[in-house]
Amino acid sequence: MTTVLRAEGLSRSFGHVMALNAADFDIDQGEVVALIGDNGAGKSTLVKALTGNLQLDSGQIEFEGRPVTLESPTAATRLGIEVVHQDLALAPHLSPAQNMFLGREISAKGVLGWLGFMDNKAMRDQTRQRLADLGGTVRALNSPVGSMSGGQRQQIAIARAIAWADKVVFLDEPTAALGVVQTKNVLDSIKRVRDRGIAVVLISHSMPEVLEIADRVQVMRLGRRVATYRGADTNVEELVGAMTGALDFKEAAA
Amino acid sequence: MTTAATTKVENARDEDDESGTLLQRLAGTQAVWILGVLVVIIAFFSIAGGDRFLSAANFSLISQNLAVLAVLGAGMTFVIITSGIDLSIGSVLVFSSVISAKLMDSMGGDGAGVVLVGILAAVVAGAAWGWLNGFLIAYAKIPALIVTLGTLSAALGLAYVLSKGINITVSAESLTDFGIYTRFAGLPALPLVALVIVVIFGIALHRTRFGRHTYAIGSNQEAARRVGIRVDRHLMLVYLITGVLGGIGAVMYLAQFGTTTIGGQSLTNLNVIAAVVIGGTSIFGGYGSMFGTIVGLFIPAILQSGFVIIGVDPFWQGVAVGAVLIAAVYVDQTRRAAAQRGAPRAKQAKEGTKE
Repeated sequence: MTTVLRAEGLSRSFGHVMALNAADFDIDQGEVVALIGDNGAGKSTLVKALTGNLQLDSGQIEFEGRPVTLESPTAATRLGIEVVHQDLALAPHLSPAQNMFLGREISAKGVLGWLGFMDNKAMRDQTRQRLADLGGTVRALNSPVGSMSGGQRQQIAIARAIAWADKVVFLDEPTAALGVVQTKNVLDSIKRVRDRGIAVVLISHSMPEVLEIADRVQVMRLGRRVATYRGADTNVEELVGAMTGALDFKEAAA
Repeated sequence: MTTAATTKVENARDEDDESGTLLQRLAGTQAVWILGVLVVIIAFFSIAGGDRFLSAANFSLISQNLAVLAVLGAGMTFVIITSGIDLSIGSVLVFSSVISAKLMDSMGGDGAGVVLVGILAAVVAGAAWGWLNGFLIAYAKIPALIVTLGTLSAALGLAYVLSKGINITVSAESLTDFGIYTRFAGLPALPLVALVIVVIFGIALHRTRFGRHTYAIGSNQEAARRVGIRVDRHLMLVYLITGVLGGIGAVMYLAQFGTTTIGGQSLTNLNVIAAVVIGGTSIFGGYGSMFGTIVGLFIPAILQSGFVIIGVDPFWQGVAVGAVLIAAVYVDQTRRAAAQRGAPRAKQAKEGTKE
């Protein structure tokens, strides 16, 4: 498998706080990597840096082997990197289809398209298809997203991200607000995305979820990557130990 | 609307996504509810006022009085949907009309060239204020309320400076003739011009990418930014267009009255904003319609006309419009809060079909 996204020695400080302290990261094509760490460990900052939402003090990012600078979210989008933010970033007054294609509307054919008219039917059809692919429960494609449940909104945000990401998707705590069934749906859709060869970065506080789905688990602490485990070979105690730093003491004692 | 009809619409929405016909999308919106209010008001005055109210001449007069406000309302609808506000629009109209009238006056004569220069001058003057509003709001990040309060004062002040406080009469009679006498298919010209503008902007708002982004910015500006919409540029354009419409409104005003009214536009901004809000456009942004704005314009105008005809002191119009404004926003808020809690209306509709 080829490495699609690799970061080395990323650093960024806010005043005296080193949010990222020479952090490394890497993910392969079609791989699910879980990014875990305690609050303030630098997960969100790392994701921001890798999606063009943060300027770095130092460090290098490679995309498919080439060094890249992600100076804006648009730059990341152009490379096929999408992110589902924790706050989902949907427009509550717009419908699922309108949200799905926001900023990427399908133009109507011919002169009308040139005048800025849109092909709403095509967008609706594709949205319905994408949501169905995720096993979604969103049916009212004309209702405003704001009137839908948290789970439905999450589905729309995820469907949108994977509709446009052909390389890497970042999911920032996608199941935090979801019930059991919806969580399972999200995890299933992550698997489906992975099977298409897209790399999925999952940020999560739920260890069982991480162990179920992640090929690799990267643990962040104090702004850097402190450990990487294979999902199949690790367990909750080991992960929590690495997150909190308890393992260091054990190693030091040994 | 009857319960049965509501049920039908709601079901169509839930089960069939292709229910996007104009009628069905309009149904259940604030605009339709307020249209009902308008119909009731018209019916009341038709009974109370008889033929004097329900006559072609009266409605022709009402539409004449609304033409300028409708053009301003088209821009204001865009502005308010982005969750902005433009208080300066009345002053921009005055400023543009002063510039335009002065230029036409200094050129003299009555040729097409003079009128064309007058129109261009007004549009450019309006565009300049719109640009300034847009720049300060979108790029300097000063709140729209403050910026347009400032330009409200500045544009009016400059209009006074330029005219020395004396109203300028329009010398080009072909312009005023157009405003007063020209008719197409029996309809006065100015309301027709306004209608064309409103329809064009309505289509732009509801059917084009530009309109879609306008809603998105008002709904969640950060979300719009993250998907790559150039939010600052878009806001800038919205205020610029509103300024241009202020300039067009100025020309229409000159055509209608043949003179500037420097002191006569102090409530224009609030009248336009009230119309937009009565029409169901959310002052918090993200929601609204051009159709609603037009209905919202007609309510005060019909009340005014109706009160005069049935012999009620027309000053009551202000009281009635104020009440309608507050009631409209209250009903809208309650309705939307209910929708946020899980669309009980839709549930009722479903239960209705089970019976």
